[in-house]
Amino acid sequence: MLWGILAIIALAALFGLLLGLASVVFKVESSPVVDQIDALLPQTQCGQCSYAGCRPYAEAIAAGEAPINLCPPGGENTVQALADLLDVEVLPLEEEEEAHEGPIVAVIIEELCIGCTLCIQDCPVDAIIGAAKQMHTVIESECTGCELCVPPCPVDCIEMVPIKQTITTWHWPEPQYDVNHTPTGNIFTTIDQLLAENAHP
Amino acid sequence: MSISTHIQRLWSFPGGLKLDGRKQLSNEGPIESAEIPRLLEISLSQHIGHPTEAVVKVGDNVKKGQLIGHAEGTVSAPVHASSSGTVTAIEERLVPHPSGLPALCVIIETDGYDRWDNCTPLISLDDPQHKNLHALSAEQITDKVAEAGIVGLGGALYPSAAKLETARKKATDTLIINAAECEPYITCDDALMHNRPEEIILGILLIKKIVGARYCLIGIEDNKPEAFKALSDAIAGYERAIHEHCEQTIEIIQVPTRYPAGGEKQLIQVLTGKEVPTQGLPMDIGIICHNITTAATVYQAVYRGEPLVSRIVTITGGAIKKPQNMEVAIGTSIREIMDQAGWDKNKVDKIIMGGPMMGFALPSIDVPVTKATNCILVSEPGELATPPPAMPCIRCSRCADSCPMSLLPQQMYWYAKARDLEKIHDYNIFDCIECGCCSYVCPSNIPLVQYFRYAKNEIWDDERERNKANLARERHEFRQERLEKMKKAREEAARLRKEKLAKKKAEEKQKAAGGDGEKSPASSHADLIQEAIARSKAKKAQQQAQKRNTENLTEAQQRQVDEAEQRRRGKH
Repeated sequence: MLWGILAIIALAALFGLLLGLASVVFKVESSPVVDQIDALLPQTQCGQCSYAGCRPYAEAIAAGEAPINLCPPGGENTVQALADLLDVEVLPLEEEEEAHEGPIVAVIIEELCIGCTLCIQDCPVDAIIGAAKQMHTVIESECTGCELCVPPCPVDCIEMVPIKQTITTWHWPEPQYDVNHTPTGNIFTTIDQLLAENAHP
Repeated sequence: MSISTHIQRLWSFPGGLKLDGRKQLSNEGPIESAEIPRLLEISLSQHIGHPTEAVVKVGDNVKKGQLIGHAEGTVSAPVHASSSGTVTAIEERLVPHPSGLPALCVIIETDGYDRWDNCTPLISLDDPQHKNLHALSAEQITDKVAEAGIVGLGGALYPSAAKLETARKKATDTLIINAAECEPYITCDDALMHNRPEEIILGILLIKKIVGARYCLIGIEDNKPEAFKALSDAIAGYERAIHEHCEQTIEIIQVPTRYPAGGEKQLIQVLTGKEVPTQGLPMDIGIICHNITTAATVYQAVYRGEPLVSRIVTITGGAIKKPQNMEVAIGTSIREIMDQAGWDKNKVDKIIMGGPMMGFALPSIDVPVTKATNCILVSEPGELATPPPAMPCIRCSRCADSCPMSLLPQQMYWYAKARDLEKIHDYNIFDCIECGCCSYVCPSNIPLVQYFRYAKNEIWDDERERNKANLARERHEFRQERLEKMKKAREEAARLRKEKLAKKKAEEKQKAAGGDGEKSPASSHADLIQEAIARSKAKKAQQQAQKRNTENLTEAQQRQVDEAEQRRRGKH
């Protein structure tokens, strides 16, 4: 009887020790939740969430101070991803007054630019090059379309334009799963359409 | 693996379909040359990779074969004028692409003379012994292939020179020439084999020379007996040349007709029994695969010096009066070749570029032929089934049975619908060759391939966006850091200024206090003198320290120094 109890106790102690050791040795290093949230945000640094940038917003979400639906550039996919990460309910996106269709970039109208450098100072990702009294220009590949450069311009020479879709950026649409719709994503255009309006672009 | 095992045994690939080939519509008769149209629209991006940059201006006179689009970067292929004439515009025009979006094209008004630019062949044609082939290096041939703008004409459109270059660097022991042409209706490769088998064989010798492959296999479906015979005869005819340049002969092997036997990975599996690793390339298992038309184009570039300016196009379907194969100048409008083959407007149902399985409906018939255009299929009503509306998936798993890549289309479909991109990636969506077998067999008519194309594009898009976000984050953090640094530097400067000012003030105060007579001016004067003496001592000590290098001189060095000193003195 006594030996039995002792043996069980010894075994329990041994396994306890093993488990304790394993939890130390094989500890999974997970990146802090702020980093994980920050990785999901689109990094436009636009401040539309009312925070100073994506990182501060991530910190606010992690601290439970901000809801997950304040990021218009990220759109619904970001809200979904954040909800998955934090295991919270998906909230409808809080829309600003106007939302743009698709990605946009800033373009400086060169004839109007007076070289005041105000936009350069406000660009969160250093995507504008230029110097005092020299014409400025936007590096398109670096621009996040945050629109922060638009208000400071004294001559209103910055325009936000949608990025043009080309053959290389185009992608297949989601097939329509609808009984009333021919479900081929393949555009089986009818002959009348083919021969009519788009015959000559 | 010896070559004899190839002949003794054929392997097979999973899934696949027996399809009604309908190739007899167009596979008889010679290759007609299509007329050169009045206007050619030559797209500047006809390949996978960077679009080319136009090197001609509006108003320039160009000759056939003249470079008009310069290749940018390593994965790119130049574009050439396909007839002589005048450039009338360089602008965006509709091109044959499923998106229906325009792309930059060079428009040439032809002069009707069809005059060639200077063509410089690497090997002259009057060399019956093919001795000159020995003198050519692999680099020379590869350069010529790159210069000629040759891309994978089996449909991949990957620049051939880049592919050959990679294969040459890796150990590639088997060259497989794809002559299977498994998709229904299409017979352009078949016609080429009938009519120009010698060009193909010589092209294969050139490719073999570049990659240094030991074995060479031509895989052809057994529904093309005449092409098989023509090629076999050509191999026999060139036996001496082949013997001289290869240790092994070129084997031509008939494979069972089953769609998609002409898929690169499927053909490799049938011929060698090897499977290309997931998300890998045939080169990973020592194999390179080229289309038969690509081989013939390599021949044209090397033996005739002609760049890729035309291709054979099958024009077929129930609404075409005289289905046939035509040699068409790239840039010719599809309407022109339809007109030449004759078509009945009232009978037209669908106009598809490519075959019925993998092709896409054209956005318009006023689009130009590109390097990718292998077939124009103009069907009549009832010829090709329009899929009825999709019904829910009943999990019958017929799609999985038909998949030649052994994927699980029904699972991938659910994940594509739910936009669970990570999961669909785990199901190896990037191994999908988009052959369309799963959609074809689906009893619920679910457009599975379209879902997979959509999912692939979404994954690429996501990746692009993530990369962009990472770049933006990096730049933002760098900027924050820079601003922080600048702020610190400013504060530091302000602090230093303040300190200096305070010191100065304190000194002035001291001076003022000194004037009051606390310290005698004499004593402060004596202090100053002491300080000056100390400074001059320190300076002397430093100078002496600097002179150290004249100590420990050898005798010869000392003499030199003395002589120099004397010369200096003598001059003064």
